[in-house]
Order: sequence, then C-alpha cells, then structure tokens
Amino acid sequence: MSRPEHTAPPEIFYNEDEASKYTNNSRIISIQNEMSYRALELLALPEDEVAFVLDIGCGSGLSGEVLEEEGHFWVGMDISDSMLEVAKEREVDGDLFLQDIGQGMGFRAGTFDGAISISVLQWLCNADKTVNNPRSRLKRFFSTLYSSLARGARAVFQFYPENSEQIEMIISSAMKAGFTGGLVVDFPNSSKAKKYYLCLFAGYKDSAGQSPELPKGLGDGDESQVTYASNRVRERRKGPVNRKPVKDKKWVQHKKELNRSRGKETPADSKYTARKRRTQF
Amino acid sequence: MLQCHAKSCPQGQSYPLAIRNAELEQLDAEFNADFVTRLMPKLDWAVLRKTAFELGVAELPAEIPTEPTQADLQLIHKVALETRIKEADMVCNGCGHVYPIKDGVPNMLLQDHEI
Ligand SMILES: C[S@@+](CC[C@H](N)C(=O)[O-])C[C@H]1O[C@@H](n2cnc3c(N)ncnc32)[C@H](O)[C@@H]1O
Ligand SMILES: [Zn+2]
Repeated sequence: MSRPEHTAPPEIFYNEDEASKYTNNSRIISIQNEMSYRALELLALPEDEVAFVLDIGCGSGLSGEVLEEEGHFWVGMDISDSMLEVAKEREVDGDLFLQDIGQGMGFRAGTFDGAISISVLQWLCNADKTVNNPRSRLKRFFSTLYSSLARGARAVFQFYPENSEQIEMIISSAMKAGFTGGLVVDFPNSSKAKKYYLCLFAGYKDSAGQSPELPKGLGDGDESQVTYASNRVRERRKGPVNRKPVKDKKWVQHKKELNRSRGKETPADSKYTARKRRTQF
Repeated sequence: MLQCHAKSCPQGQSYPLAIRNAELEQLDAEFNADFVTRLMPKLDWAVLRKTAFELGVAELPAEIPTEPTQADLQLIHKVALETRIKEADMVCNGCGHVYPIKDGVPNMLLQDHEI
C-alpha cells in the first residue's frame, strides 16, 4: 500500500471524501480512538485535574473527543479545511485553528499542560513543495511547540514512520529543540498491532537527568524492544527514577469524572449568537 | 494568548494581535474554579482586560485579583471560556499580517515569504 504522504500534500489529500471517512468509517474511528487513549495515557496528566491540551493535526476531532471525554479543554490545529469542516459539523468543544504545523505556532509561552498528535508527524517529513524542507519545518515545529508547553508538560505523538532515518531525523530535531524523552513502541512483535509513540518531555532542557523515565511499551512481555531514548537522558541519568509505571489497560477503562453540562442556548445580548462551549484565547 | 508567528515579523511587536470587525458568540461551558485559577497566571491580564472591554464583553478589574472571589472567577470564566470570536480579523502590529477568523476558526497560514 502506498503511503498517503507520497501522493499529495495534506491539505489536498484530506479533502471532503477523505474527511468523511473520519465520521463514517467505524474501523478508522475505533483505531484513532484507541490510539488517542493510549496517547493520553502516555501524556500522564495530573489525575483529577482539568487540563488544557493541544491536539496537533486534530483533523475531524476524533482525538479531541477523547480529550473531551476525560473532561479536558483543548485546542486543535489542522491544515485541512475539509477535516476542520467535519470537526465543526460534529460540534466538537475544542477551539480550532487552520494552521500548518511546519510553519510553527504562536501560542504564548507555557500555554498548554500537554499536547497529543495522532497519525500526523509522518506528514512533516515530506517535502511536498520546494519551499518545504522537512528538517527546517521540523525544527520550527518542535521549537515553537516547546515554548508553548508548560514546564513538565509532555507531548505524545503516535505516528507512522517510513524508516529508521525518519525516526532519527524526528527525534534529533525534537532533542535540539530542548525536549527529552524518546520512542515508545507498543506490540513490537506484531506487524498489525505495532504502534510508535514519540513521547517528549518539556522543561528539562538544562536538567536532562531529572527528566522522567520513558514509559514502557505495551507488548507480549518481550523487553527486548528497541527504544530510542534521548542520548542526553541515557548518559546523564544517575539511577532509576521513582515513578510508578502507568497501568496498561486499566486507565483506558476509567470513566470520565467530569460531567459537563451542555447548556442550551441562552443569548444574553442580541449581538451574540449562541452555541455550545468552546475555549477562546 | 496568540502572537504573530511569521518568522519575518519584528521581534517584540508580534504580540498582541489587534482584533478588528469582531462578531462574537456566547457559549456554555461548565464552570471549574480550579481550572480557572490555574488559568489565571497564564493570562496576559492587561491584554485580556483591554480586549474584553473593547469588544464589550465585560469590564474586568484593573489589576488581576490576587485572591479571586467566586465572582471574579465566574467573570474570567465567562470572558475566557464562554466568549468566542466568530468572525474577525486579527492584525499583527509588527508585520501587518492579517489572520482572518471565519466561523470561529482563525486562519493562521502564512505565505511562503513569511516563513
Ligand atoms: C490521519 S489524520 C488524523 C486526524 C486526527 N488526529 C485523528 O486522529 O482522527 C492526519 C491529519 O493530519 C493533518 N496534517 C497533515 N500535515 C499537517 C500539517 N503540516 N499541519 C497541520 N495538520 C497537518 C491532516 O490534515 C489530517 O487531518
Ligand atoms: Zn507579524
């Protein structure tokens, strides 16, 4: 099967047809859902706290809806008009931005408590226009993302790397931007279930030794899987960090704690039109 | 909470973006005092206050409340979480780039020469 990134730029590939699959194809929906939950688990947000999360390449809002279910506020950005159109139709709660992540982002320093990105990062490795140099786009992306995150926040990217060079390019780019962390591989021995999660930590630029330990990948108890932990972490870590490993599946089952009222329309003033809630900054 | 992200934009002038021709909408969000409290230090109070005033959303106190009352938190909740700009132009004072907001979605795309 050919890789979609090779066929067209994302804003062209994710047209109305493709976007409609993200509401109508139950297989796609359930896969995106599962990966979003796993990413959120790896994000390890403080329990029982409402967080402010960035969804990078949010598409039609499938990953964002997982954030909503857990009671978080979110902001989503995507380069495809059609995908965002679907997100609007589905009345997602997050604030949406039409944005090319390779051009960087302008959120104020420390805005987000975390960031997730599901099935997007491989798109940045593609030079679909002559002005699109993957290395400089990755650099711009990771450095502006780094400053948008609160210290101690994580960014978790599920993605489909094409080869190991691509993995190296992405990770070295993220490390240069100041992140620590590395790659978590779930089910490394299953060609079908194998999934890559880039798990990055912000705020340990000058103290890599204090950076949290990279979470373990899920899998058949086989510990021999390859993880590309950041060199800085590998070299400087003094000893094992006391941190409870995240519980695999249990977390996924945990039900949403925060019930959100979906108010009905209450126009307070004639110049307002009413809609459901959204964050606005 | 947004600044101009054009690479060519002069340093120090990329923030805040000026808002022109705004049309607002009112939303409903569940109030969470804890979340609003943690949000407060992230806000640029002066900018938020000015914007809220100019758009006729609310009049916030001149100084950020150090010990916010429930009413303060409710007001910030309303301004920051329940008010959305539906249509507007966000204009950068540094480079003049106009980011249009259409149907609630800001278009942050830059031209090739701006990156
Ligand atoms: C496979 S879809 C996943 C969408 C969503 N995260 C989900 O899980 O349903 C990939 C998305 O990445 C977006 N994308 C690709 N390249 C992008 C870029 N440079 N900037 C912003 N979004 C991009 C596409 O428009 C598309 O919506
Ligand atoms: Zn500018």
